Amino acid sequence: MTTTIVPASTGRRRGVELALLVLATAMAVGAFASVELAHSSELPANLGSYAAGLLAVFLVAHVGIRWLAPYADPLLLPCVALLNGLGLVLIHRLDLAAAARAARAGAERMPRADAPIQLGWTALGVVCFVGVLVLVRDHRVLARYTYTALAAGFGLLCLPLLPGLGRTINGSRIWIRFAGFSFQPAELAKIVLIVFFAGYLVAKRDVLALAGRRVLLVDLPRGRDLGPILLAWLVSLLVLVFERDLGTSLLFFGVFVTLLYVATERVSWLIIGLLLFVAGATLAYHLFGHVRVRVDVWLHPFDHAATTGYQIVQSLYGLATGGILGTGLGQGHPEFVPFANTDFIVSTIGEELGYTGLLAILVIYAIVVQRAFRTAIAARDPFGKLLAAGLGFALAIQLFVVVGGVTRLIPLTGLTTPFLSYGGSSLVANWIIVALLLRISDASRRPAPPPAPTGTEQTVLIPR
Amino acid sequence: MNRPIRRVAVVVTLLFLSLMLNLTYIQVVKGADYRTRQGNTRVLLAEYSRPRGPIVAGGAVIASSKATDDQLKYLRTYAAGTMYAPATGFYSITFGSTEVERAENGVLTGNDTRMWVRNFADLVTGRQARGGSVVLTLDPAAQKAAYDALAGRRGAVVALDPSTGAILALVSSPSYDPATVSTHSGSTNTRNRAALLDDPAQPMLNRPLRQTYAPGSTFKLVTAAAALSTGRYTKDSVIPGPAVLDLPQTTADLPNESGAACGPGGMTTLENALRISCNTAFGGLGLTLGEDTIAAQAEAFGFGQDPDVPLSTEKSVFPTGLNPPQLAQSAIGQFDVRATPLQMAMVTAAIANRGVVMTPYLVSEVRAPDLSVLERAEPKELSTAVTPAVARQLTDMMVTVVTSGTGTNGAIPGVSVAGKTGTAQQGGGRAPHAWFVSFAPAQEAKVAVAVVLEDGGGASEVSGNRLAAPIARAVMSAVLGR
Repeated sequence: MTTTIVPASTGRRRGVELALLVLATAMAVGAFASVELAHSSELPANLGSYAAGLLAVFLVAHVGIRWLAPYADPLLLPCVALLNGLGLVLIHRLDLAAAARAARAGAERMPRADAPIQLGWTALGVVCFVGVLVLVRDHRVLARYTYTALAAGFGLLCLPLLPGLGRTINGSRIWIRFAGFSFQPAELAKIVLIVFFAGYLVAKRDVLALAGRRVLLVDLPRGRDLGPILLAWLVSLLVLVFERDLGTSLLFFGVFVTLLYVATERVSWLIIGLLLFVAGATLAYHLFGHVRVRVDVWLHPFDHAATTGYQIVQSLYGLATGGILGTGLGQGHPEFVPFANTDFIVSTIGEELGYTGLLAILVIYAIVVQRAFRTAIAARDPFGKLLAAGLGFALAIQLFVVVGGVTRLIPLTGLTTPFLSYGGSSLVANWIIVALLLRISDASRRPAPPPAPTGTEQTVLIPR
Repeated sequence: MNRPIRRVAVVVTLLFLSLMLNLTYIQVVKGADYRTRQGNTRVLLAEYSRPRGPIVAGGAVIASSKATDDQLKYLRTYAAGTMYAPATGFYSITFGSTEVERAENGVLTGNDTRMWVRNFADLVTGRQARGGSVVLTLDPAAQKAAYDALAGRRGAVVALDPSTGAILALVSSPSYDPATVSTHSGSTNTRNRAALLDDPAQPMLNRPLRQTYAPGSTFKLVTAAAALSTGRYTKDSVIPGPAVLDLPQTTADLPNESGAACGPGGMTTLENALRISCNTAFGGLGLTLGEDTIAAQAEAFGFGQDPDVPLSTEKSVFPTGLNPPQLAQSAIGQFDVRATPLQMAMVTAAIANRGVVMTPYLVSEVRAPDLSVLERAEPKELSTAVTPAVARQLTDMMVTVVTSGTGTNGAIPGVSVAGKTGTAQQGGGRAPHAWFVSFAPAQEAKVAVAVVLEDGGGASEVSGNRLAAPIARAVMSAVLGR
């Protein structure tokens, strides 16, 4: 990990970005061709137009960066484009399996193909990506809307609870249905709440860093400063209770506690956060049947192989059948895992691209996350630092929770895999996250403005 | 704020590493375990998605795969239906596989390590991977002769090539059609298998390899071999053969079936005792030789072993801890002596092969999809049961059984046949099993046969000759081309 602040002379590196972007598109198109070859033994007629279309969509993002954030990190876009492109291929591959199954069963109507819809969401995601770059010309502007963000975040979180709008799908009430589309507001809530966390903590971090008593080498905060963390804890628990969304609950609390630690540099907040997490987890385990079921299935999946553990057991079988090199795209049976194209898309990768392919995907995620942290370190203002670190950590924790769940490292919690899973809200939200990261990155890598009289990061003025 | 961000980045890196380590565990370390678990149908589907190699016997394809248009792309078919079931076994999506289908699964699916290089070449060139073929030692003429001769009666036939151990016939009767449990419909398979298991005639039982019977008088060959091997006896030695053997320690006696003595003055030669299957002579001989001597001789013939056919076989048993009456009964193949038809064929074949027991085997060749030979069976000695001299005397004695003794129905015109009848009494008033073991030609044997007919009719030694010997004759004739 780089430990120095990126000097201003790194250059724009937009050419590198373009070359990598073309490579990423080529890999996604190659994967598409591979799926089609396995399925029908011939290349699809529309391969050329598909390649051109996908490249065009990604090029819009690239041109947007050249125009609006010319100094931004050149690796982020190619990485997420590759993930997005591969996700499209995997969803298409699972569409084919669903169609084949329906045809065998003699169904009158073919199941809806998800890949074209996801392609539409990709385009919308890129539009939103450029839109964010256009609207947010300086990320510090966002700090002005700290409490607006709080209100918006709360509102979004509560939307699915509204009767008539919210939908309960598979036991979780995290969906809204609007104009024929399903949407998970929590994905957007994630972004605005991180904006709120960053803005709030920049303002309050000096107070929160004040030490109270010192116990066992750790400076405990003052009792009266415990309010915010307790509130965040409570909100997370409420999400769990009312929406039964274990993943989102965990994500919010984790990001808040981490940012609290980053802002104050006080380890005591981590310890308090951990204790609260343990308390919350214990409480949830004893209060909620569905949490107990998840834990039991995690500990003894094969005892429930035909019932509650079916999904995770099939996922493990798929991963193991893929082995080191995988069965090859289109040649395994990832459709045996329920929800293979959303929560369990990682087991599809593990089965068809194997251990090797899945490790490569994880490395790409690791690059994205480390680039986010690098951006945070290089950022010249505390709000930018907290925002970038928060967004990066949210991506990381989301990936850890979903991949860990699918591979039985930790109990299963429903979360989407960023950029890969089928789902519009998740995809659009993640493109927005990348746009914000690039915006901060652009600001930090831009040649330094004439030295400000005060010069240190703590005294950057935030216009209010 | 940079220090905590770096720390968080380090923790996140550790989280990613733990994901990768866990994947290593699941996909690499536990991979083989999870892959082959019962609930994982992926491997099975992959197997079904490419043509499974054929099983061949004597140039005829007896099991092959046929393309279908359902999800399981290839259906296993069995050309000869029931006749080869004990050898091929079945290949079922519902119940797995048995017999050669199971034992040679790696070759038939193409997953065998010896085919990896070829499979990799297929992968690169995009050719569909195929399974290899398995060539059995079975002689279709002998198999058909045995199956037809049994004519649906309960019993079994094993024929061996004495000089190699190659299994020429492996028949169980009644049998079942493996195709009925190898369909692509789970419910059909389940229903058909349930019906087969309900059938009191046990059509799915692999009698020649896994059913043990009291060998009855055919076991006198083992007792005679033990006696000759001591060096204290020849075929001309005179031993007591009274009408009734008075068993010590008990009021029960061991009578001859005829009720007569086996020779003038209750004395008989060893050869004559075998020719007419004299119970009292062999019972007495057993008492004289002792349990250990007979047990050692039985073991030398292969009792107590499971030769890798490569199908699993039931071990044949000579009991231990016998009191004298039990020992006398055991010496004539009664009491708790149990042998598979394969085991009695091995005893017979060893005598035909100058005393050397060859390891029986069913697979003669394993071939890659392009028919190049991956492995050819090498005949292996299992053990030496008797010396060539003892084997020669036993052969002479067995020839008299067929020419003028209890086994005259085993005779083939123009060929010298050596044989031995058996009638194994069962408790509980059930009809005895009729046995016949034989080999031919007596001097340069090409085939050794063991036949057993369950509950084979009348209670006399005659039944072995009347019922079982014609079947053995048909099989020997088929192999010898007569």
